[in-house]
Order: sequence, then C-alpha cells, then structure tokens
Amino acid sequence: MSTPAPGAAPDTTRIHNIGYRSYDGPRLGRSYARRSLFSQSLRGAYGLGRSAKSKVLPMLLFGVMCVPALIIVAISVYTKADKLFVEYTQYAVLLQLVIAVYLASQAPQSVSRDLRFRTVPLYFSRPIERIDYVLAKYGAMASALFILTATPLLILWIGSMLAEMDFAEQAKMFGQGLVSVAVLSVLFGGIGLVMAALTPRRGFGVAAVIAVLTISYGAVSTLQGISYATENTDAIAWLGLFSPLTLVIGLQNAFLGAPASFPGEVPVGAGAGVVYLVVVLGLIAACYGVLMRRYRKVGL
Amino acid sequence: MTVIATESLSKRFPRVTALDRLSLDIGPGVTGLVGANGAGKSTMIKILLGLSPATEGRVEVLGLDVSTHGSEIRERVGYMPEHDCLPPDVSATEFVVHMARMSGLPPAAARERTADTLRHVGLYEERYRPIGGYSTGMKQRVKLAQALVHDPKLVLLDEPTNGLDPVGRDEMLGLIRRVWTDFGISVLVTSHLLGELERTCDHVVVIDGGKLLRSSSTSDFTRTTTTLAVEVTDSDAHPDGTGALRAALTAAGVHLHEGVEEGLPGAGHILLLEAPGEETYDLVRDTVAGLGLGLVRMEQRRHHIAEVFRPEAAAQHEEVKAR
Repeated sequence: MSTPAPGAAPDTTRIHNIGYRSYDGPRLGRSYARRSLFSQSLRGAYGLGRSAKSKVLPMLLFGVMCVPALIIVAISVYTKADKLFVEYTQYAVLLQLVIAVYLASQAPQSVSRDLRFRTVPLYFSRPIERIDYVLAKYGAMASALFILTATPLLILWIGSMLAEMDFAEQAKMFGQGLVSVAVLSVLFGGIGLVMAALTPRRGFGVAAVIAVLTISYGAVSTLQGISYATENTDAIAWLGLFSPLTLVIGLQNAFLGAPASFPGEVPVGAGAGVVYLVVVLGLIAACYGVLMRRYRKVGL
Repeated sequence: MTVIATESLSKRFPRVTALDRLSLDIGPGVTGLVGANGAGKSTMIKILLGLSPATEGRVEVLGLDVSTHGSEIRERVGYMPEHDCLPPDVSATEFVVHMARMSGLPPAAARERTADTLRHVGLYEERYRPIGGYSTGMKQRVKLAQALVHDPKLVLLDEPTNGLDPVGRDEMLGLIRRVWTDFGISVLVTSHLLGELERTCDHVVVIDGGKLLRSSSTSDFTRTTTTLAVEVTDSDAHPDGTGALRAALTAAGVHLHEGVEEGLPGAGHILLLEAPGEETYDLVRDTVAGLGLGLVRMEQRRHHIAEVFRPEAAAQHEEVKAR
C-alpha cells in the first residue's frame, strides 16, 4: 500500500465489490416461518403487501360491512333508544351476502395462487411442514373473516355506550355476538379454503364458494318455509343442519341468547343445539382433514 | 467432509422401483447428477429434502439423518425446482424476501440478503417489477435466488438450464460454478445432458433406472468422451474434401467414428473423431492445412447421456483404466 503524498487528501471515494457475504445471523426456524406465513396471508386477505388493485375489493367490502353498523348507531343515539334495533347476533346474518363475496374473492387468492403457480413445493422445501402450511392458511382466513364480522359488532357496542344503554346487558350481548362470529369465521373460512384448494383455477374457486354458501342457504330456507306452510314444524330445526349459515343461526339460538329466527320462530332447543354443535365441529374438522389430504399430493 | 451420503438407498413405489440400493458419497463442490427422464433424479431430491421417506437404506445430508432431522436439513439446504414456481403478480424482491422469511431469516436480514442475492444472480432494476413480465432467463435467476437467499450449505438444482437458449445456458452454468467457487455453497445439479455438466461439475454421478451407473470425477469423463466434429470445404485438388481428410486422418492413426450425424445441417460432411488429448487438435489443423482445405468448423460435441451407456464407450473406458 502506498502512502499518500504529504498534503494531498487521501482518496476516500472508491467502489467496492464486497463479493459474497455469508449469513451468520439467527435462523428462527419452523414456528417463526409459520407465523410469517400466517401474517403474510392475513395481510394479503386485505390486499396489504399486494398491488393497489387487489386492495380495492377487500377494503370496499370491509367498508360495506361497517356502514350499516354506523347508521344503526347514529339512529340509536339520535332517537335515544334503550336498545339497538339490530341484535349483535343478527348482524352477520343480515349481511351474509357481503361475507360470502368477501370469502369467495379472498379464499382463492390465499390458496389457489400457490397451487396454480406451483409455489407450494418451495414452501415444503423449507423448515415448515404440511401441517404448518395448512394451519397458517386456515388461521389467516378465519382471522380475516373475524376481523370483517367482528369490527361492525365493535362499532355497535361502542355506539350502545354512547347512547348510554345498559352496560352489563350490552357487554353480555356483544360477547355472545363475538362468539357467534368467531364460530362463523372458522366454519366459513374452512369451507372457503376447501373449495378454493380443490379448484386451482381462480374463477371456478370464486363461483364454487358463492354457490355453496348461497345456494345451500337458499335451499334450506325454502324447505323450512315449505315445512312451516305445511305445518310440519318439527322438521324446521333439523333442516337448519344443512347449510353453513343456518348452522350458525341455530347454534346461536340454542346457546348464545339469539332470538329464534327460523320461519315461524321455531326455536332450536338445547338438545338439537348439541347436534348443531357436533355438526359444526365435525365440519371444521372435515375441512382441516381435506386440506391436509389435498397438500399431501402436491408436496413436490 | 461429506455433504451427501447414502447407503444402499432404495425407494419403491407400488409399481416401480425408483431407486435401487444406491450408495453414494458426495463431498463439497459441484456435483452433477445425470440420468435420463425417469432415472430417479427427482425422487432422489425429494428424499434428500426429507419430504419422502426412503423404503430402505440410510441417507445423511450435511451429517444429519433425513428421516429424523428433515426440518433442520431444509433450513440449511436450498432447492430450485425444475418447473415454474413463481407467482406473476409480485416483484422478485417481494417474493424472495417472503421466501427468506419462510427459511427462518428475521425480517431485516431477509431484506438485506434478498438485495445481495438478487445482485449476485444478476438481477438489478427489474427486480422491482412483477415477475410476470420477466424472460425465462430472468425467471431462472429468481428461482436460483430464492434457493440461495438463506445462505444454505448445499443447494439442489433440478434441471436449471431447462428452457434456456444457448447463451442463457452458458450464463446459468457459469453462475452455478460461481455458487461454489465464490459463495462456497456446495451444489448438486441434475441434468440429462452430460456435456453440460462436464464443464461445470467437479464430480459426476450417473444413475439409470435407479441404479448407480458411474460415479467419478469430471476429468475421467472428459478423457473418454471427447468427440470432435470437423467440417471442411472441398477444393479443386480434392473435390471430396471430407473423404480426403478422412483418408489422411485414418492414415495418421486417428480413430474416426463410423456413423454420421443425421438430421443436422451439413450431415454427411461432418467427420466425428476421437480426441484423446490436446495433440489431436493440432494434428487435425495440420492435416487440413496440408491438404489445402478450408476448415469450416472444429468443435467439441456435447454428449448425450446415451453415450455413457453405449457398449463401445464403456469398453473404451475399460481400456483407459487398463492403461
């Protein structure tokens, strides 16, 4: 190395080719990778970390879910009503179409993309296992649905306090509403992911999710209506077992203090309620099982 | 040190035997795994990643048993699949950062390593654009980058030159060579083209029908398999230039291949000859000049894997060994 001439400033600007640097930092392993996949999928379900275009629909639907709650609160506060004119447990039922559209648009983007572009093998060549992938994707979808359905309930609850309604009663009903939408989120999330995972083409996935949710609800409601008209009221509660939404309606009627809302206000008793619970848990387990099976084949 | 060690490794499916009592001992460096389609290359990679259990036998990667330490092995191993695996709607940077985190790198380190790795594989400004608009060569680089981003000790590259044009092929092979020489990461690269791997690998393993056909250092291969293709012009003195050269070379003791390459431009005018060493090149040059012919081309033929199985090639190999 030559010594710079006295008086001359040493030349400090230099372009370095630093070459390859190895990595000696921490490797956080499997559980960290699973959490990363969960947060990436959850953010993705609202278009965060994706293109501006893909933010539009989820954000719009989120807005559509919240606006009616704001209106209800505004009216309740203005009229100084002593209770909200829509029950916490009824809110998701009223806006079921919005939930169905949200699920139909986001479930395929969560799982179909990885299948269609064959990114799944890259995940499984890393520390995570099949179960981590399925749990992260399922958890993220259910959490995204919970955010969508619980936020308006939170608005209603805050509104009820602004309107100085009975605190204890409102808190209890709000809690019951949260449990109800939590069940709905896990159940719907599972059904949506199964539909999407079985159809690698995104368009089919969207159609399949909407069809399963709305057609089953429509069919069950129609049959219940017919049963009521023919005064065959015993059948009404049992028919409710055959669509995802009526399962949630029956369950919250039996255990979460929701009013009977099947045709003819036929209540779901505690006995039938247990059957509802078993069916809901069975469906959730079945969704999980189908997803695990699905990813066994596409490992590499 | 051993990077990959297998001991009488077998993998049987209900109808086929994919790997049949395969024993390998692969050290650091670039190793080529050569085999025809269906020879068991992909099955081998699945087993090495701990994703598919071996029917029998023992496999160790980086000194860890794959049947019990799959997750730890995958943390230190990179994998580049043969098929497309990139979502088109995200940028290379976003995708590789995500994959780095999936390998267990903390967020800041994942971003830093992504920038470094993409630069090393030769992706610059385009790394911020969605992958959907990339050329095949650029996509292959992203695939390589995601396999290297967590600084593994070993990368498994499945047919990395598939679908590339000759220039892209050479660039990719150069890059693979650098992964070992500059980055110090051992490489296992599969291909069905032996000639391609000859230039890149230190060691070549040939499998066929799940059986080990041959495992030797690359220099052994080149010695027995170099074939020269020579094409010359005709002149007034020698209306059949090819025939004249054939006669002259045979007289000089050069072994010429009987067959002619068919279906290629210039077929019939190209002489294929054995080149056991450097001196053959000089001999051909001097012979052609002596005859007063124009030398159109003299090139090394890329060998297809089939040549390794050819009985005469095998016999020559034995000869060389005997010497």
